[in-house]
Amino acid sequence: MMKLFARNRHTVQRIGFSLITLMAVVTVLPIVGTVIFILFKGGSAVSWEFLTGFPHDGMRAGGILPAIIGTLYLTIGTAIFSVPLGIAAAIYLAEYAKENRLTRLIRLAIINLAGIPSVVYGLFGLGLFVLFLQFGTSILAASLTLSIMTLPVIISTAEESLRSVPQSFRTVSISLGATRWQTIRRIVLKEALPGILTGVILGLERAAGETAPILFTGAAFFLPRLPGSPFDATMALPYHLFVISTQVPEMPIQIQYGTALVLLVFVLTMNVVATVIRSRARARRQW
Amino acid sequence: MVDKIVIENLSLQYSDGTESLRNVSMGIRQNAVTVLFGPAGGGKSTLLRCLNRLNDLTEVKASSGQILIDGENILDPKVDVVALRRKVGMVFARPVPLPMSIRENVIYGLELAGEKRKSKLDEAVERSLKLAAIWDEVKDRLDDPAVALSGGQQQRVCLARVLALQPEIILLDEPTSGLDPISTGKVEAALLELKKEYTVILVPHSVQQAARTADYAAFFLTGELIEYDDGRKMFTAPKQRKTEDYIMGRFG
Ligand SMILES: Nc1ncnc2c1ncn2[C@@H]1O[C@H](COP(=O)(O)OP(=O)(O)OP(=O)(O)O)[C@@H](O)[C@H]1O
Ligand SMILES: [Mg+2]
Repeated sequence: MMKLFARNRHTVQRIGFSLITLMAVVTVLPIVGTVIFILFKGGSAVSWEFLTGFPHDGMRAGGILPAIIGTLYLTIGTAIFSVPLGIAAAIYLAEYAKENRLTRLIRLAIINLAGIPSVVYGLFGLGLFVLFLQFGTSILAASLTLSIMTLPVIISTAEESLRSVPQSFRTVSISLGATRWQTIRRIVLKEALPGILTGVILGLERAAGETAPILFTGAAFFLPRLPGSPFDATMALPYHLFVISTQVPEMPIQIQYGTALVLLVFVLTMNVVATVIRSRARARRQW
Repeated sequence: MVDKIVIENLSLQYSDGTESLRNVSMGIRQNAVTVLFGPAGGGKSTLLRCLNRLNDLTEVKASSGQILIDGENILDPKVDVVALRRKVGMVFARPVPLPMSIRENVIYGLELAGEKRKSKLDEAVERSLKLAAIWDEVKDRLDDPAVALSGGQQQRVCLARVLALQPEIILLDEPTSGLDPISTGKVEAALLELKKEYTVILVPHSVQQAARTADYAAFFLTGELIEYDDGRKMFTAPKQRKTEDYIMGRFG
């Protein structure tokens, strides 16, 4: 009787494990499926000319260079504003701020900011940067709008990774005659950097892929040349994809999928970089 | 012989209301090992953390009294705490090697103090590791991460890290609590060597260790200094009933 029971338990366990494995596979399937599908449909469109040429024939032919460069500019622009500001805010929250009503309010604001739909950021950016500050529909206005959207991600991941650095390191460093700032710079930031970078990349990745925030603030339907200054509007991959998928009649389907593929590779590359940084750092970590 | 440190009517209350030190007054001799012992929660660590102003990092509700080191009140808000912490080094209960190599750990404080000359730094590494009785064990692997060492070795590197700054006073808070008897012996031997040059204040991890190492001993009970005397007298003929009970293992 006991034996039978034991065998039963093993069977139950095996079934349980199989189910869990199955579910894990099921969650991966859509991602892998999407990538393969896009690769299959769009792979044939991607060529050297496609990556380095300008669109022509009402965007039904030619390349997508201005959109690629535009997305690159927007990502860099977003990084310029959101990375220093986000890290500074995280350092303040994790290392200096006392727990009080103000810091609780700041955290609440950050959490809520992260939940706001991206189109709302777009409208806000339109009101503040494009109209009120008169930056016009420009890379600058779009980057600032994207920065506001990315900041919560960067701040909360950076704060998290600063906090995960053991308190004892700080105490020891201070006891050896370091100031607070020296301790942060030489120990805490160094140890938290991989986590911070991961958050930065994830935030920028989201910025690179968004359409709604740049829709009213910086994205151009079509431009025959590359933007020359931060005050120019720009084409961008996600918006271009939206345009050629919905606004242009008789659009060759490969170009749509080709554009999607380029955007996907752009974003996935950032993801892979983040993963590599994280796993390298974890292997090297001494605590 | 003059007292290196004079503590006058020191009281301290943490922000949760705990009165951790109550009107403590004592003088601490130079070139001697002074042991602070007593049951858990007696305020020993709190007192040590006052001596290098590490309590600045915790939420303290109220404190009063003064601590004079070489005649200067170090609790004065105007005191340069960085300079104070270089002069009053501290070794913690659990060894905390910073996430860097053995060498970098040892020169961490010196570099912050502005020492850049490689010859000086190398000299400090060798001198302080020798003083902490760990040089022979690590001299061929100075660039390995300090965490790769055993707990006992780590603790002696932490001691060396403090010694590299050439402090005048060394605070040790149960430095051997996680160590095996052999490592403990090595640390204690290093302490005996150190007191020739430094003022050593030790919170021991047992009464036995207190008795082995103390030139002077202070018994703390719930924030009060109950008895303070020559070490030999304290552990053979304590004057207070409470001290005797504790030493005999009758409570705590
Ligand atoms: N950061 C803190 N905040 C609030 N109370 C504290 C803090 N640190 C210590 N205390 C309290 O102060 C009292 C004295 O603590 P302390 O750590 O100085 O004792 P100790 O003699 O070192 O004890 P042990 O032998 O356990 O290390 C205890 O009641 C403790 O709970
Ligand atoms: Mg203690």
